[in-house]
Amino acid sequence: MSQSRKDEILHDHNQDGIDRRGFLKCMAWAGTGALCVMQGGVLKSYSMSRANEWNAAKMTGELSFAQISDSHMGFNKAANPDVAATLKAAVDKINALSVPPEFLLHTGDISHLARPEEFDTVDQILKGAVAKEVFFVPGEHDVIGDEGKQYRDRYGKGTQGEGWYSFEKRGVHFIGLVNVVNLKAGGLGNLGGEQLEWLEADVKQLKASTPIVVFAHIPLWSVYPEWGWGTDDSAQALSYLKKFGSVSVLNGHIHQIMQKVEGNVTFHTAASTAFPQPQPGKADSPGPMKVPAEQLRSVLGITDVNFVRGQHALAIVDSQLG
Amino acid sequence: MKREFARIGLASVVVALLAMFAAVGHVGGAAAQEKAGTSAEVKIDNFSFGPTALTVPVGTTVTWTNRDDIPHTVVSTDGVFKSKALDTDDKFSFVFSKPGTYPYFCSIHPKMTGQVIVQ
Repeated sequence: MSQSRKDEILHDHNQDGIDRRGFLKCMAWAGTGALCVMQGGVLKSYSMSRANEWNAAKMTGELSFAQISDSHMGFNKAANPDVAATLKAAVDKINALSVPPEFLLHTGDISHLARPEEFDTVDQILKGAVAKEVFFVPGEHDVIGDEGKQYRDRYGKGTQGEGWYSFEKRGVHFIGLVNVVNLKAGGLGNLGGEQLEWLEADVKQLKASTPIVVFAHIPLWSVYPEWGWGTDDSAQALSYLKKFGSVSVLNGHIHQIMQKVEGNVTFHTAASTAFPQPQPGKADSPGPMKVPAEQLRSVLGITDVNFVRGQHALAIVDSQLG
Repeated sequence: MKREFARIGLASVVVALLAMFAAVGHVGGAAAQEKAGTSAEVKIDNFSFGPTALTVPVGTTVTWTNRDDIPHTVVSTDGVFKSKALDTDDKFSFVFSKPGTYPYFCSIHPKMTGQVIVQ
């Protein structure tokens, strides 16, 4: 993707190697590794190929965590016959990050068929991560057959309703939402009235300056409704977050990296650790995409997030597994 | 060239005749299905049910087969039937003993919808 280099800096007003229009290219080459920094609601982008030029002080925040997604333990088809090996590679990648993440977020589809042994395998592999704390939200594969009861027994202690919750880390307010249960025929992801009420109350007392990170499995923005890549009532949820200066929404589900900025909200979807899915509308269905074995790890990945106080900056770095 | 045309003409006639036989055969099959205990199939391919709408006589056993690399479910919108997760090549069957329209969907990928019309 080196041909994209010439496109990345279009208007470098601050002589800092970044610009707003360049962000539009971020999506295009994010798959090969990119860093996107949000400052004052504007996402700015860096290419991994210029990593040696980054200002380390700017990148190192007060809070660092890593996101993994869609491990699909139990999947064994041609698109990736060994999803345990690639999850282990993701953990190795996280352990090798220059800024060690304090904790991990797993944005769902932990398992492929919600079988106990699949969850067990993931738990075992994640024990190899230097960061010991892992926060989960369920994907639709994790709630098959029991609307998430097993998932909540394992990962949902202290959560509300179908498994939603919030917590604070160094002044950043994290909100884990569940949009994969009680799905309606013909519909998209769904949060539901009870969860929306909880969310409204959860953020009501927070100061507008509190940085917010929302994480959920299915994208909370309309990526491609034709394939179910969106959430029916996400606009309602986002309306409760309007007062905040910095809102970052982290999702999975679509097995590819995408970003969008809307006002003060940055939306980001992470790569899977298991298998890639096609770009919206670029295939007959969103099913697993087969790539040559030697290319597989280049389309899988992890996401590393750094928060820098004062700058209202959230640096999101996507790294491929190989 | 003329001989070539003739050959294509003959081929077309043969295809047309075959199609007629197939049509006759299909009518015969439909007649047979009116007896109780017949069966029909729905294939799941590329995140869709095929056929999307299936019309069967009362007493038909409908069998869904998942041919995707991703699990799906077959769940009646009105709670009449509900499969477990169907992994690749797994099947789910249900006997339709009462006439009516039975809409259903995949509870994992709710964009996937279909219906069985029982007459």
